[in-house]
Amino acid sequence: MRFVAIKMLVGDRAKYLGIVMGLAFASFLITEQLAIFTGLMTRTFGFITDTAIADIWVMDPKVQFVDDIKPMQDMQLYRTRGVDGVEWAVPLYKGLLKAKLENGNYQTVIVIGLDDATLIGSPPVMLKGQAADLRRSEAVIVDTVGAAGKLSKPSPVPGQKRIPLAIGDTLEINDNRASVAGICKVSRTFQSQPVIYTTYSRATTFAPKERKLLSFVLVKAKPGEDVKALASRIKAVTGLAAYTRDEFKELTIRYYMKYTGIPINFGMAVLLGFIVGTAIAGQTFYSFTLENLRHFGTLKAMGTTNKTLLGMIVLQALMVGSIGYGIGVGAATAFGKLVKDTELAFRLPWQLLVITAVAISLICVFAALLSIRKVMKLEPAIVFKT
Amino acid sequence: MTIQKDNPFPCDEETSTKAVAVHCKGITKAYGSGSEVVNALNGINLEVRTGELTMLVGPSGCGKTTLISIMAGILDQDEGDCVLFGKSFKSMSDLEKTRYRGAQVGFVFQSFNLIPTLTAAENVAVPLLIRKIDRKTAVEKAGETLKNVGLGDRLNALPAQLSGGQQQRVAIARALVHDPRLIVCDEPTSALDHETGFRIMELLQYAALCADRALVIVTHDPRIFDFADRIAKMDDGRIVEVFDSPEDMKE
Ligand SMILES: Nc1ncnc2c1ncn2[C@@H]1O[C@H](COP(=O)(O)OP(=O)(O)OP(=O)(O)O)[C@@H](O)[C@H]1O
Ligand SMILES: [Mg+2]
Repeated sequence: MRFVAIKMLVGDRAKYLGIVMGLAFASFLITEQLAIFTGLMTRTFGFITDTAIADIWVMDPKVQFVDDIKPMQDMQLYRTRGVDGVEWAVPLYKGLLKAKLENGNYQTVIVIGLDDATLIGSPPVMLKGQAADLRRSEAVIVDTVGAAGKLSKPSPVPGQKRIPLAIGDTLEINDNRASVAGICKVSRTFQSQPVIYTTYSRATTFAPKERKLLSFVLVKAKPGEDVKALASRIKAVTGLAAYTRDEFKELTIRYYMKYTGIPINFGMAVLLGFIVGTAIAGQTFYSFTLENLRHFGTLKAMGTTNKTLLGMIVLQALMVGSIGYGIGVGAATAFGKLVKDTELAFRLPWQLLVITAVAISLICVFAALLSIRKVMKLEPAIVFKT
Repeated sequence: MTIQKDNPFPCDEETSTKAVAVHCKGITKAYGSGSEVVNALNGINLEVRTGELTMLVGPSGCGKTTLISIMAGILDQDEGDCVLFGKSFKSMSDLEKTRYRGAQVGFVFQSFNLIPTLTAAENVAVPLLIRKIDRKTAVEKAGETLKNVGLGDRLNALPAQLSGGQQQRVAIARALVHDPRLIVCDEPTSALDHETGFRIMELLQYAALCADRALVIVTHDPRIFDFADRIAKMDDGRIVEVFDSPEDMKE
């Protein structure tokens, strides 16, 4: 009877396509929204990803996420270095400072100050120049998006394209001269300001004079050292917060989940996909069953048991479900490929495919349940009614 | 149309001793409840024998369809009992009844009730598929049965590609393919013109009727009364008279 079930379903082209398309649409919407959400969440900790060399991030205990800077005193660096199991510990400055462009305009920039000796935490990808160029006096490295965008210069010919900031150009950060020595590429983050890398000492010169300037201490564990245990040891010794890379990412995500509207917005979109999918697919599937009620009745009269009828409907639901899922997820993947090099955040780890599969299954179960209920309760005596 | 003259169905005319196929005793059936109640059957006693074509006739609303529904086991009576080939429906669970129907009853409907997305052969194969016979065997057997109703060249046609008479032939093949012992037909000719209806009745009489099978046909088309071996006349939920031949009724 599986054969009969499939032919009943597929034979009704228009309805069949309607159900499959409804499910495909739902699965596309759910996958795509989840992927963009995941992409955005990945962006929140882009800076941590870029600074992959550090095993542990040490910071003020009040810090809630990576862009939430609560400066510490420099001596915290030495206290961290003193903890057992620390291979090295270096300072990192991160702050928002005002830069004055050649044309006199001001632009807020993110300044990252790297340990002068080691330059640990340098940009992940250098496009022009190299990290070591930071050792030159006044040197800074600017990220390419900022260089071509907010830090670019207007063309001397009006109406022409703006000229990106290039090596050799200068700008002023808090009245200190800075000279562009390299262009780098960084992961996108939620902060839209240009990123400027320089040395720790230069960064602290740029920054307004304050007693506390150290944003983070980056720590590498000794080989064979348990990173988690080391983090808790640092915490115990210094009284600071110490997170492993993954813990810090998690802390950051959790902050965004809790304090921003992002999860709600995406949750709504996913829910909408789910509801629309359920409505369209469930409704069409149910009306498909209703239209075939007479035939189900005939099958019942001719001796088909309820169990077999149930199997037939489940098979039909499974079939439209898996095809719709396949199309939807395929379309979402293609969409992901399409927007790969654009500003849109899109990440599709396999877990999302599982989530979508579960959602589509739920829709199918829901759609099938209505139909099953109807067919189970069907009186075979309807077959003689005209 | 040609019907092969050697009867393909396992009927053994020689040993024909007319046995009781269905025995209904004191059947009542009411629809609805309260002030809306309709007493469709008011105490039906009827015996249907194998090897006979029994017709149920009577005015519209007298309960003919209700009665064959109960006889075929697709509707539960309120009181009384129907015994089908020695087994009482009352004693059966729903599941047993469904299985029993699948094995013992064939249906022919006024509006054919073929599944539109299945070919003729596939439609005919359905009763065999229900009995878990594999698809290849089932469709093969269905093809043979279709040949016997004169549709050997339309095996792969969809119902929509067939005329009404042809569709009813497919339906008859479907009612016969699994060799059931009772065949119930509700107005099998009403949707057809007279000539085609006549051919269908010929086919039913020739192909479906045999010694160990009973045929019950509901109709109010007097032009086909001549095909009956016995005619039960109904009115107002009762059997008012049973005629042993169409001639008896005409008198
Ligand atoms: N499902 C139902 N609900 C309520 N009343 C019903 C139902 N089915 C039949 N009836 C009523 O029961 C009575 C007998 O109906 P039935 O269909 O058995 O008559 P019939 O002899 O087959 O009529 P016809 O020749 O018009 O087909 C009628 O009065 C009908 O209105
Ligand atoms: Mg009727």
